[in-house]
Amino acid sequence: MRIKNTWISGLGIPLTSIFLGLLVGAIIMLLSGFDPISNYVNMFTGALGSANAIGEVLRSATPLMLTALGFAVANYAGFFNIGLAGQALVGWLASVAFANAFPGLPSILIIPGALIVAALAGAFWSGLAGYFRAYFGANEVITTIMLNYIALYATNAIVKAYMTVGDGDYSKMIPKAARLRTPFLEQLTQNSTFHYGIILSVLAVFFIAWLLKKTTLGFEIRAVGMSEDASRYAGMSPKRTIMASMLISGALCGLGGAMEGLGNFQNIIVNTALPSIGFDGMSVALLAAGSPIGILFAALLFGTLSIGGLNISIAATTPPEITSIVVASIIFFVGANYIIRYWFAKLRKPAKPTASTPVPPAATDTKEVHS
Amino acid sequence: MAEPAIKVTGLTKRFGDFVANDHLDLTINFGEVHALLGENGAGKTTMMNMLSGILIPTSGTIEVRGKAAHLQSAKDATALGIGMVHQHFMLVENFSVIDNIILGAEPTKGGKIDRTKAKKDIMALSEKYRLRIEPDAKIEDISVGMQQRVEILKVLYRQADILIFDEPTAVLTPQEIDELLDIMRQLASEGKAVVLISHKLAELRQVADVITIIRRGKKIDTVPASTSTAELADKMVGRHVNFARERVPMPEGAPVLEVKDLVVEDKDKVAHVRDLSLMLRGGEILGLAGIDGNGQSEFVKAITGLLPVTAGQILIGGKDLTHATPREVTEASVGHIPEDRQRFGLVMPMDLVENMSLQTYYKPPLSHHGVMDTKVMVQTTEQLLDDYDVRHANLQQKAGDLSGGNQQKLIIARELSRDPQLVIAMNPTRGLDVGAIEFIHAQLLKARAAGHAVLLISFELDEVRQLSDRIAVIHNGHIVGESATSDLTEQQIGLMMTGETLEHAKEATHEN
Repeated sequence: MRIKNTWISGLGIPLTSIFLGLLVGAIIMLLSGFDPISNYVNMFTGALGSANAIGEVLRSATPLMLTALGFAVANYAGFFNIGLAGQALVGWLASVAFANAFPGLPSILIIPGALIVAALAGAFWSGLAGYFRAYFGANEVITTIMLNYIALYATNAIVKAYMTVGDGDYSKMIPKAARLRTPFLEQLTQNSTFHYGIILSVLAVFFIAWLLKKTTLGFEIRAVGMSEDASRYAGMSPKRTIMASMLISGALCGLGGAMEGLGNFQNIIVNTALPSIGFDGMSVALLAAGSPIGILFAALLFGTLSIGGLNISIAATTPPEITSIVVASIIFFVGANYIIRYWFAKLRKPAKPTASTPVPPAATDTKEVHS
Repeated sequence: MAEPAIKVTGLTKRFGDFVANDHLDLTINFGEVHALLGENGAGKTTMMNMLSGILIPTSGTIEVRGKAAHLQSAKDATALGIGMVHQHFMLVENFSVIDNIILGAEPTKGGKIDRTKAKKDIMALSEKYRLRIEPDAKIEDISVGMQQRVEILKVLYRQADILIFDEPTAVLTPQEIDELLDIMRQLASEGKAVVLISHKLAELRQVADVITIIRRGKKIDTVPASTSTAELADKMVGRHVNFARERVPMPEGAPVLEVKDLVVEDKDKVAHVRDLSLMLRGGEILGLAGIDGNGQSEFVKAITGLLPVTAGQILIGGKDLTHATPREVTEASVGHIPEDRQRFGLVMPMDLVENMSLQTYYKPPLSHHGVMDTKVMVQTTEQLLDDYDVRHANLQQKAGDLSGGNQQKLIIARELSRDPQLVIAMNPTRGLDVGAIEFIHAQLLKARAAGHAVLLISFELDEVRQLSDRIAVIHNGHIVGESATSDLTEQQIGLMMTGETLEHAKEATHEN
């Protein structure tokens, strides 16, 4: 399950995924008796047709960029982090708790403070899974899934026990100084929930791109992910590197959660399910084939789909369930882009060598071994 | 015996340009143990894989019981009564012994697996051939020797009467080996045909009726098992070769590598290196000769920090590096050309610049405070690719896209350009063409001429003899003998590789 970053996956594959997703969505709408064309027109005008819509799209993409980067960093080291949602949730909780604990602080202190606490909380949560994997060989897929549930129920318990107002299911709002949404931005985007967090997300995109490409740590992360044996030979420590990548991954997810806490919701609610920014972040990272810059665009696309999707059911009689199916089928093809990649590979080398020149088993394409 | 079990005529197998088997003729009779003797890569296993349907011959014919056979799969071979006991066991670890034996040939009763019948049949076989097993134990819980008996029963259960054993004793204890050889004799006396692939002369002479020697894919001879060990070694290793590698005389240097009583055990407490001691000086090449799997890779991994040392001591340049990490070893001025270049030596999906920087990326001039200087990396790489004549298309090329020879040249450029006091090269020319071999040999000799110590571990006896000042022979994780290259004949080395001591080897070769 490694992300491969070649030119073909750079653009051809994501676009094919999106097209196939829209196609399947259209077929489902036709079968259910709804008009796909008008619905898709509604979807795109709903996402891009007004300043408010654009603000909502950007707001929705903001945490996705962070969780997707989190997934990508861990994945480069060969770690399949499914715990994005849990790590984001503890980050969300930490940011709100910090902001509410120090209501008197000015913005210049309370916002960085809340962000740092959120990043640390997320890093701690992913670090647990990283530690178990690096030092005890525990499968990270299982540990991160389980840590997701622990995060969900523990967070809910903490919110109910210590943070709710009266017997409500949500905490009190964070102080004004900690809010990333401002009257100025609301004015600019016709009262959307757009907030300053997007600056952090975009900075994170470029920071992670730089980290992976230009730093020795990034080099180690990529080398360990591609060949643990060769990196050990080169004197790297796979354990330490896996830990480092997991801590970075969790910190990014924690920041993603803080975007919900300080920006979107401005408080924390008792969640009935894990926040969707976790699994959506994974899809974004897969669609972008791990490229940080690609994640920037893939997150915007996801924002467009989810905000535009809302408008289908508002503007037409199409029930919201249909909208969900359309969005889900696009995400499905994005997630299943391995299949599309496989088709692309087949198209490129259609004929097999004839039987007269058998290939020795030892000389089979070693490039594919690591994929 | 009227009909031969297997008759092979003109059997040829090519892998691209490489001829693994070149017009082999061979007759295997029922009631006989027929041994195939040859060095690594001589083509023994290739041939047997064709007989058991795993590989399809390029040309030539195989007759089984007098009838032409066209084996397309292992299933075809099983149907003809041919069964192979593989070198690496093909067992399902967490299945029971019984389940492993019946896997793919399960007896059924009303759609259900009839384990009662299976167990009865298997225990009957087990008793008949004295193949002791614990039928209900899981594979992962039984000894290697018993796992092998399970493999044999698997073959017998499928009613094979032509049994092929591929290097069966490699993983066994001496006692288990004796038991196995007895079983083979018994199988032959029952009228079955037994083929034994090995390069351990003593065993072959003990159990076989006839021995066929294969070298570089060609059949050299078929001789009776009474042939002397020396003669067999001679035929196996081959004719006199030209050692035209020039070694300039060097003064005796200071000790660079000292290994004292080294023991390396794996997780299961099996010792792969036992009380191994070696000393290597600057300005010399020490060749470590031996057959694959006698502890060479574990030895190299232990010195380079890739495997933990159980006991003993390793000094490099006088510094104790017994429990050092790979990086500490590298920093002690060691260049390591690893055994498996694609698995250890290179990160195959990374580009040439990154691979060239693999050992030095973390320090100046390639990086400062954790940030890499791409410009310097590119410059260094360009220079080294040029100096060491690594043929490449561009710097963004993946290491995996280079040819084998150029991959190895890249590694050699990276390791030798650091001017290491100790060069550890394991099978540095394995699978390479003549041109690349020349170049790599020249580089190793250059390191020697610069006063550095070179430890050359190779399965190729010719290579060891051509390059080394001294030769140590490793067998079963232990150095069985060590001498100046000029004092040893190929025969003697060949004998020592099969476990004979230096004295015995010398005696045996003086007989004739």
